[in-house]
Amino acid sequence: MTDGAGHIDALPIGRAPAPALATKSEAKPVVAGPGRLRRTGSALYRAARQLVRAHAFRLAGLYFLVFAVSVSGVLFFVYWSSADFVVRQTEATLDAEITGLAEQYAQRGLSGLVQIVAARSAGDRGDGMLYLVTNLDGRPLAGNIKGWPEGLAVRSGPLSFQIEVPVKGKIEAHSARGAVFAIPEGYRLLVGRDISDAAAFRDRIRATLLWSGLVALGFGLIGGTVMSRNLLRRVEQVNRTAERVVAGNLSDRVPRRGTNDEFDQLAGNLNGMLDQIERLMTGMREVTDNVAHDLKTPLSRLRARLELALLGPDDPAAQQEAIRAAIDEADRLLATFNALLRIAEAEAGAGNRNGELLDLGEIARAAVELYEPVAEEQGFALRLDSDPASIRGDRHLLSQAIANLLDNAIKYGGVDYGGVGHGVNEIAIGVARRDDGRPVIEIADHGPGIPEADRETVFNRFVRLEPSRSTPGNGLGLSMVRAVARRHDAVVTLVDNHPGLKVRIEFPASSQFAAVNQTAASQAAASQTA
Amino acid sequence: MKLLIIEDDRETAAYLEKGLGESGYAVDRAGDGRDGLFLATSGSYDAIVLDRMLPGMDGLALLGALRGAGIRTPALILSALGSVDDRVKGLRSGGDDYLVKPFAFSELLARIEVLLRRGADTPSVTRLRVADLELDLLTRLVKRGDKTIELLPREFQLLEYLMRNAGHVVTRTMLLENVWDYHFDPQTNVIDVHVSRLRQKIDKNFEHPLLHTVRGAGYSLRPLD
Repeated sequence: MTDGAGHIDALPIGRAPAPALATKSEAKPVVAGPGRLRRTGSALYRAARQLVRAHAFRLAGLYFLVFAVSVSGVLFFVYWSSADFVVRQTEATLDAEITGLAEQYAQRGLSGLVQIVAARSAGDRGDGMLYLVTNLDGRPLAGNIKGWPEGLAVRSGPLSFQIEVPVKGKIEAHSARGAVFAIPEGYRLLVGRDISDAAAFRDRIRATLLWSGLVALGFGLIGGTVMSRNLLRRVEQVNRTAERVVAGNLSDRVPRRGTNDEFDQLAGNLNGMLDQIERLMTGMREVTDNVAHDLKTPLSRLRARLELALLGPDDPAAQQEAIRAAIDEADRLLATFNALLRIAEAEAGAGNRNGELLDLGEIARAAVELYEPVAEEQGFALRLDSDPASIRGDRHLLSQAIANLLDNAIKYGGVDYGGVGHGVNEIAIGVARRDDGRPVIEIADHGPGIPEADRETVFNRFVRLEPSRSTPGNGLGLSMVRAVARRHDAVVTLVDNHPGLKVRIEFPASSQFAAVNQTAASQAAASQTA
Repeated sequence: MKLLIIEDDRETAAYLEKGLGESGYAVDRAGDGRDGLFLATSGSYDAIVLDRMLPGMDGLALLGALRGAGIRTPALILSALGSVDDRVKGLRSGGDDYLVKPFAFSELLARIEVLLRRGADTPSVTRLRVADLELDLLTRLVKRGDKTIELLPREFQLLEYLMRNAGHVVTRTMLLENVWDYHFDPQTNVIDVHVSRLRQKIDKNFEHPLLHTVRGAGYSLRPLD
């Protein structure tokens, strides 16, 4: 900014008699100038650098270049095929005319040529053709030009010259193109054409094309810049949001314009992704909190038990009993850990459907058979109705899910539990294929059921509705059921059994592959029996 | 009986060595896969207990090399990886049993006993007998003394497994895996109720009970002392 400072110094010196008032009033903005300049300058520089660096701007530049080249090409072609065409045609006409007259001269001699030229020059034919035959002295013998144009040399090839043409009483200088045919014995023939109209036409077209080209390029440049600036701004929005999310503000979202263009879709997808991440993070935090809470209690119980055994009387029997109880407690803890791991495992494989082909009814039957004695002991009757329904999946996981549901039904589905049952401690297990082809398994009891408000929360890990927690259990059973269902693309819903709880797992309609497999199997069976 | 333990975690290895030693086994220890393979191929062991993830050589690779060399010593894989896929992979690569960490020592002991007996097993047996209890695998008839006992199919399988391992402790997990093919731990004491039903049928009204509960471990079908 030394230039600016120098300029200030130069001012009073350069204009020595400048009044003090003017210097004062002028000096202020000028002094303020450098700072503002520096600011705008560096801002401009930054903006420019950003603009150049940005891929979008480079794209816009490339686009402009291609645009400019194609516009120039089109305009040149238009010029060549219109204005230039007229000039070329003039020259072709001249050539033909000279050739024709040369033939006439060859056949009929000089007098014949003069006659023809005189005939052609007579009267204004309106085509602007010019003829002149001169003798040795340069005097015209025939033609519609008064004299040999000044300074026109005699040589072959197309020539340009000026002629004077009377237009409405005035003499106007018009451009003309022509060619000279030298006749032996010093005579000369000049054939020309007035091209002032064609030249004016060509100049007009040239100017029009030039201006329209410049305007088109100007618009292209402005449009490209605006477009790239616009593009940049939207990319910048995404960028800034991403930076804020990285900085820890997970609830920030990319603004949308509602135009549903690609940028809006990108913003929508990014926001969806952020929603998913936030949900997972929240879920994870809840799980961690729950794990900490639900494992801390038994661990502290375990510790207390061992400590008491250590401090207590030196009675081997009592100590053994304490150790045994501690081992039981540890086993329960391990079982909880294993259950958590299995849920995580099932969740990790979500959507993986390349399992073996299974009969859902068969899996249910095996689980019912396992639980039947316990159920009977607790005063329940298990009733299984199963229609053929095959699914693709993991037999062990499905078995565990059904076992967990039976376990829950036996633990919480009894009428003694305070419910309003019909006095029937029946647990109904139904397997069926619905009309739309979806296999469904339902496990229904007549217990107190689950209030509608809690039907979503019970799927969370460690959630147990029984406040006293007197029944053994870890609150992971339904979490496992849901994880297994998700792995099989199935949906678990809890519905009212009037009274009681009905757990329904709806599997997706079996794939065509499964259907084909089944028909193949039944055909094979049929052919074997035949 | 001589056992080889291949386990890189010192504490676990020491605990296994102590426990198995106290149970009457001679125990050798290897701390990594290469030593383990060397010992397993050179020494003569009755059974091998190996960790799945070992430094130097992966447990499954070790088993593959061992089986490739024609050594059929029964092997039990210990692993923290407990999914069904992991289990299947372990058994396919030459393991005879698969126990997920953490485990109860009684569980390990019971499984090692089953492994050791597997070698001596005569597969062509068609009739099992413990004291006066008889089970015919062909006619599927069960008799105690002169009395025929009616069993449901699953009860028959349960009794068969108990009789094949007569005199040894069988854990609930072993029963779930071998009789029901369930590889998870049901919350409720489902197995206990099944066993007590079986007990009703084979022991009730007889002077000497055969099916005993082993506290903290499982069950054992024992002949009269």
